[in-house]
Amino acid sequence: MSEIRALIVDDSSVMRKIVERSLRQAGINLAKVHEAGNGAEALLVLESNPVDLVLSDINMPVMDGLEFVKRAHSRESLRNIPIVMITTEGSESHVVQALSCGARGYIRKPFTPDQVKEHVVPVLGGQQ
Amino acid sequence: MTTATEINLQMNEQLLGSWRVVLDLSVKEVFQIMLGCELREASSPSPQTECDFTAMVGLAGKLCGVLSLRCVTATATALASRMLGLPAEEVTDQQCDAAGEVCNMVAGNFKAKLSGMQDGCMLSVPTVITGADYRLYSLADAGRIEIPFEFEGNTIWIALEIHS
Repeated sequence: MSEIRALIVDDSSVMRKIVERSLRQAGINLAKVHEAGNGAEALLVLESNPVDLVLSDINMPVMDGLEFVKRAHSRESLRNIPIVMITTEGSESHVVQALSCGARGYIRKPFTPDQVKEHVVPVLGGQQ
Repeated sequence: MTTATEINLQMNEQLLGSWRVVLDLSVKEVFQIMLGCELREASSPSPQTECDFTAMVGLAGKLCGVLSLRCVTATATALASRMLGLPAEEVTDQQCDAAGEVCNMVAGNFKAKLSGMQDGCMLSVPTVITGADYRLYSLADAGRIEIPFEFEGNTIWIALEIHS
């Protein structure tokens, strides 16, 4: 099973830890976990670190998750990194907007490790 | 003959009653899924005047109001401890974050269960207030739903104040 380098983007440090724990409970083999408190920080992390998977909240200060996905998807070097949204905003319009910006999946809070697995494993392709 | 005002009041009471059920379920789901604990309504709740920890999330759009979580600081610490799976002494600087996130998830879960609210109602960033010598006054004028829950032997008050 491949080891995954993940980036977790959320303005709540508690939620970042919970997401990491959920990934491990979902059976995702994590080699490295990066954290960012908003979309701008996340882009900086992605520019200087190899990452296989991003999980991002939507409602964040400085740069929200939708803007982050849009900007990441517009850069050739970052376009193929799968980004899965993980957020309390579960409206259909948010889901459509996120997916149209380039997100590969959408998980609504509260979430179980099984739900994380269901949405993350498919976007990792053959890595898991 | 029932006046229009009386009819509105009756409808409002019915609506608040049904929303209370939704709020109760929303809270219990968040605690069950994210904290791994089964909440029940407190039979002998501690008074809110004893609460020195308040987390709030605003709702705006089709539904306007404030959802709050109130408890004593020790309970907020227990909440963070439960969320993170760490001993209480290791989470003393994360109570605000944890309580704010619980409040955020309850609000999001609540509006997700109301037909038509997902797209029409936005949530604010959580705000947390700590300290004992304050009273909360809301300008919400269309009703209040308040439920005390028992969490690890203490009371957590969840309230939704609605603005017309």
